[in-house]
Amino acid sequence: MTTDAGRREFLRRMAQSAGVATTGGLLWAYLLGQQQQVSAHALRPPGALPEADFAATCIKCGQCVQACPFGTLRLAASGDDVPIGTPWFSPRDVPCYMCEDVPCIAACPTGALDRGLPAIEEARMGVAAIDQESCLSWQGLRCEICYRECPVRNDAITVENHPRRTSGHAVFVPLVHASHCTGCGICEKACPTELAAIRVVPPDLVKGRIGDHYRLSDGSGPGSPGATPVRGEDQGKRVPGLDYLNEDTP
Amino acid sequence: MTVTRRDFMRDAVAAATAAAVGLPLTGSQKALAQEAEADWRWDKSVCRFCGVGCGIQVATKDGRVVATKGDPDAPVNRGLNCVKGYFNGRIMYGDDRLTQPLMRMTDGRFDKKGDFVPVSWDQAFDEMARQAKKALAEKGPHGISIMGSGQYTIPEGYVAAKLMKAGFRSNNIDPNARHCMASAVVAFMQVFGIDEPAGNYDDIEVADSFVLWGANMAEAHPILWSRIANRRISSDPADVRIINITTFTNMSSDLADVEIVIKPSTDLAIQNYIAREILARDAVDKVFVERHCEFATGPYDIGYGMRGGSEYAFDAEKDVQAKELEVTLDAAEARAQRRETGTVVKQNNRASAGKHWLIGFEDFKKAVEPYTLDFVAELAKGDPDEDLEEFKKKLQTLADVYIRRDRNLISFWTMGFNQHQRGSWVNEQAYMNHLLVGKYARPGNSAFSLTGQPSACGTAREVGTFAHRLPADMVVANPKHRERAESIWNVPAKTVNPKPGSHITKIMRDLEDGTVKFTWVQVNNPFQATANANHWITAAREMDNFIVCSDAYPSVSAKVADLILPAAMIFEKWGLYGNAERRTQAWREQVPPPGEAKSDVWQMLEFSKRFTLAEVWGEQPVPGLKADGFDDGKLPSVLEAAAERGYKPDATLYEVLFATPVNRQVKWPDSVANGHENHTASALGDGWFPEKALFNEYVTFGKGHGHDLADFDVYYGDDVRGLRWPVVDGKETLWRFNAKYDPYAKAGAFDFYGKAGKSLPQGNLDEVTNTEARAIPGRAKIFFRPYAAPVEQPDANYDLWLSTGRVLEHWHTGTMTRRVPELHRAVPTAQVFVHPEDAKTRELARNDVVWLESRRGKIKAVVETRGRNRMPRGMIFVPFFDEGVFINKLTLDATCPLSKETDFKKCAVKMYKA
Amino acid sequence: MNTRRWPGGHRYLLARRLVQVTVLLTFYGTAHWAWGIAGRPLLAGNLSSSMILGTVPLADPFAVLQILLSGHWLRWEVLAGAALVLGLYAIVGGRSFCAWVCPVNLVADGAERVRERLGLRSGLHLPRQIRYVVLTLSLLLSALLGIAAFEWVSPIGILHRELIYGIGFGAAALAGLFIFDALVLRHGWCGHLCPLGAFWAQVGRVARVRVAFDESTCTQCGDCLKVCPEPQVLNLKAAAQAGMVRSGECTHCARCISVCPEQSLAFSWRAHIEQTASAADHNERSPAS
Repeated sequence: MTTDAGRREFLRRMAQSAGVATTGGLLWAYLLGQQQQVSAHALRPPGALPEADFAATCIKCGQCVQACPFGTLRLAASGDDVPIGTPWFSPRDVPCYMCEDVPCIAACPTGALDRGLPAIEEARMGVAAIDQESCLSWQGLRCEICYRECPVRNDAITVENHPRRTSGHAVFVPLVHASHCTGCGICEKACPTELAAIRVVPPDLVKGRIGDHYRLSDGSGPGSPGATPVRGEDQGKRVPGLDYLNEDTP
Repeated sequence: MTVTRRDFMRDAVAAATAAAVGLPLTGSQKALAQEAEADWRWDKSVCRFCGVGCGIQVATKDGRVVATKGDPDAPVNRGLNCVKGYFNGRIMYGDDRLTQPLMRMTDGRFDKKGDFVPVSWDQAFDEMARQAKKALAEKGPHGISIMGSGQYTIPEGYVAAKLMKAGFRSNNIDPNARHCMASAVVAFMQVFGIDEPAGNYDDIEVADSFVLWGANMAEAHPILWSRIANRRISSDPADVRIINITTFTNMSSDLADVEIVIKPSTDLAIQNYIAREILARDAVDKVFVERHCEFATGPYDIGYGMRGGSEYAFDAEKDVQAKELEVTLDAAEARAQRRETGTVVKQNNRASAGKHWLIGFEDFKKAVEPYTLDFVAELAKGDPDEDLEEFKKKLQTLADVYIRRDRNLISFWTMGFNQHQRGSWVNEQAYMNHLLVGKYARPGNSAFSLTGQPSACGTAREVGTFAHRLPADMVVANPKHRERAESIWNVPAKTVNPKPGSHITKIMRDLEDGTVKFTWVQVNNPFQATANANHWITAAREMDNFIVCSDAYPSVSAKVADLILPAAMIFEKWGLYGNAERRTQAWREQVPPPGEAKSDVWQMLEFSKRFTLAEVWGEQPVPGLKADGFDDGKLPSVLEAAAERGYKPDATLYEVLFATPVNRQVKWPDSVANGHENHTASALGDGWFPEKALFNEYVTFGKGHGHDLADFDVYYGDDVRGLRWPVVDGKETLWRFNAKYDPYAKAGAFDFYGKAGKSLPQGNLDEVTNTEARAIPGRAKIFFRPYAAPVEQPDANYDLWLSTGRVLEHWHTGTMTRRVPELHRAVPTAQVFVHPEDAKTRELARNDVVWLESRRGKIKAVVETRGRNRMPRGMIFVPFFDEGVFINKLTLDATCPLSKETDFKKCAVKMYKA
Repeated sequence: MNTRRWPGGHRYLLARRLVQVTVLLTFYGTAHWAWGIAGRPLLAGNLSSSMILGTVPLADPFAVLQILLSGHWLRWEVLAGAALVLGLYAIVGGRSFCAWVCPVNLVADGAERVRERLGLRSGLHLPRQIRYVVLTLSLLLSALLGIAAFEWVSPIGILHRELIYGIGFGAAALAGLFIFDALVLRHGWCGHLCPLGAFWAQVGRVARVRVAFDESTCTQCGDCLKVCPEPQVLNLKAAAQAGMVRSGECTHCARCISVCPEQSLAFSWRAHIEQTASAADHNERSPAS
């Protein structure tokens, strides 16, 4: 009797514990999912692994923060719109000044900041995006501060001239080239408008992708290097539409 | 109600349009915005900054500037601005704006070693007058000085010049424009006999080639550059070409078809190479040259405008200073001057650098003969990593641009030429080549010195706020000019001092030597902007002198002063500026100055009330004065002659010079004000309109003499956006000296009617052989000027060239633009631009802090190897706007010996890790 | 008995506070006041991972374990650092971290004092073993979700980071923890939930430093049990047999040592205790004695 009661009690407790653990686990998993959402503000230090890997690998020790000589990096506190404890920067406050020896990467003990980064110009912390409607240069003013301050000037930001026909002046429009933009944010810091007309955001938020099935004509002719033939993975295994064709004719 | 697809499309289009023009999207928002702006008062004005002279519109409300915009009707800029211009409305509102007079005091009394304490205007003027009188008593009229400005409004410059020259009988007034365009002036005067360019900005739209000589227009003249860019991109690239000749790659190179990176000072050799090519290819416009030109040259042994030694010299700078008296010619210089390498040349013509004489065409031909492509290319190639043959090709392309008859050509230059130890020479060489091929004073053909300051032309030059000048191109050394000035000013004969005063760098040296005891800094920050600054700062603080600084913000000059007077800024006063294309533009007072700040005009007029004729017009000692009709070393008393004119000895300078009966007829209030205030007139309180009265008085100088300006009110007309002088019969003049456009050009198709230097002795390349003067009326001079090596060059110890200059975002020493938080954020500090290899060999990385050291001083700066300026190896560049990176502690105070304009573009420094 | 005893007394509380504050201050000073020797930062980083003088890496082995389970390999620095720290606590006792280093200890001790002052009683009872469920969940979720599960929610990490790098809303989380400990469940976080504590408790099983128990002087007064934050470890019968507190859950806080009127409890080396015990055992069995 007592053993029975004991067993029943044990089972009850087990079930209770399992229930609590499952509920807790689910809640926990949900919280983790919330934390992992890509934030528009989460500009990572140079050499950061892709966001999911970075988030997993970063041990949140802040050694990169301490290694930064400009006070650029900070660890996300609760309340910042950035996964907690991870290093990030807000370029309008302090941009990345692109140290040649990249001390933040050297300080990272886990490899969340990749020491394989060949040079700071290869960093892709984010990509600058211009709001043409509030950009002074796009309106014809001679500003182009972003262009002149860009450490990868003439590659990451170029200036193109368009005639402003009514006045005999040319417009000097800055254009960002994501293939060279390191996302250091010096442009955003320097932009003189009330709210920066050029802002650095994580590439995922603004970068599109042209389809694999189409190649922009760049004069290099068909079959330009890197082009892959358009071909379904499972071609041959299954003939699409076969089921439909073999159905009874309506 | 349902929204149809058509409605939706229409609304979307409207919204897109609204967005494109920057309007709020919804009707109600729009209405709100319009309501909020309904009581704004818009009025035309002028940009505060550079010499381009963009028109702006200023909106005010409740005594504050609330907005500005580019003036769409302004022909210069058509509604555009650069990013400095964008912040015109913000420059007055820095946190540390000076709003009351401050004097160094201890225990309620002036004390040079005391701290600044707020004082009343009366206290300030009392002490100032006491100190000025002390200096006058001790040293005579040249014991006092004014350091003026190319940012003076025309009335300000006129009051300052008149107060000094007619009142204190002192020519010790010199503007910062000395550092900006004095070399251009010398060349204008020597070549054409009259100051200011023949052409104007309209040339841009009809030119085919643009050659930039030491002009980073993309940053320093942004709006003009956008006109050139438009010309370039709206045409076939083969038709319109831009060549950028520079000592390092800058933003202007981006648009250039050819970039020629040269070694400092070798522009002199390149110009002669072009001349040699013109001759060799028989491309001289013979008709033009025979009818309108003469050949000329002058001495080479003219020194470098330095002190030839001084008891205050630092040990390290003595070797370079010694070269002022004697130099040994290096191989290139010897060849360029047709002498032997190693010849020791005593600099005998230091005091007579400007003398010149006529030579023949054959002399000229002989002179340019040594400047072959091989010689010049080897000498001039500025990038050690560039291939010599490539460089030669570029020089040939450059020569082609000058020589091709079917192409209109503009040469633009600015501080690369003007701030040059041979600045006047290289300016003259620019005209040399344009005149040889007849490409001058015709639409689309121009050689144009771009000015740096908003009224360096309109005020500093034309009003004559220089140590040797009077209004309208007259000079104090010329008795006829003095007479004319005395007559217009209604002051006795011999009131005006015939001895030119000290140029602005010399005023600094005078302070150090103790010969100048009182100086007044106006619209200028000379203690930051003068080369070799350590000397002058020490002189200001340690010597027995009294320094007054009128400023809107606590600048370096205010900091070293003894008395600071709070100044009204541009939109807080009435004024007129004259830009680089002779365009005079005007604005009204838009808002009152803050606190007790007052206009410079008011300050000078109030100060003038504290001097009676008896105190200043008696006999005065002027050491070194030597002039016909004057006893050596002194000015005669003119008090008796003054009495004959009805001036009592106790009459004040204010009454005699400014508030004259004629001027008092110009009443304030005036309908031209159109509801605007005039705090200067109100504070004077005696019912006249000083800016208008004094402008109209000034206008009499130039009327009928090729400098005609319109009357004051004309410039304030609603439909007027400035007028380019000479304004004859209400019409502006676009191309001077060209009979088609210039009413003054009467003798033939071209008439270089300037009167100065038009009667000259004759000689060969080395000397005068016939002292009998030959008159050359109506002709321009084609000068031969040789290459001369820079006096200080990199050596084993100081192994880098240093050049200084501007960035687009900041104006001069940054006193205004660094108060605009956005501009400060954009470019917070002056970096040192370095070639990556030069950094590497010194074990420096980008962003490292380094010491920069010259013979004259050392400062810290941050290394930038990726910046907007890409240096060749062996050269660095540091902008001068940042008082925290005080680059003028390093620069060499060598000047062009003719123009006395400092060369800020080359000296030798070393760089090492801090 | 010849067991060598380390002196007890209130000094342990002071020593613990000193160590806690010194660790925090060294981190803070390195981060904010550039503490270092010859330009090398003294102690850069935080408890998750740090570097002594730019040469000796340290790391939180539990965090490293989670990351490894999440399927991400790590650089050797952090692995070596984790091994070093693991080794250290394997000697001094895993949960020594809890009582001597962890910043939450300050919060938890504060809550305990408030609880004592106000005479509050817990309204909730939870088995202490639940922390092992949390520990298992941490590791399981890390493996399943591919991210170090506890590191993202750890109030220890939040408190510590925000103390060193600046305060955010983490203060609210800590206030929650404080209230939970003070009002809801005595020793709620550290004694019941914390998976890091649970992890260190497992490491503590092999600890070389132990609380030695001298049964011969014990009067069974129970004072030690009253002050112990993990009273289940003071199973005096088992302790008497082993001559020491055996459980890895003991935090080495030394409260029991300080409070024991008879000085029956003291820190000692496990080897020493076992040697003494076996010697005694041997003596007991020896017929010749």
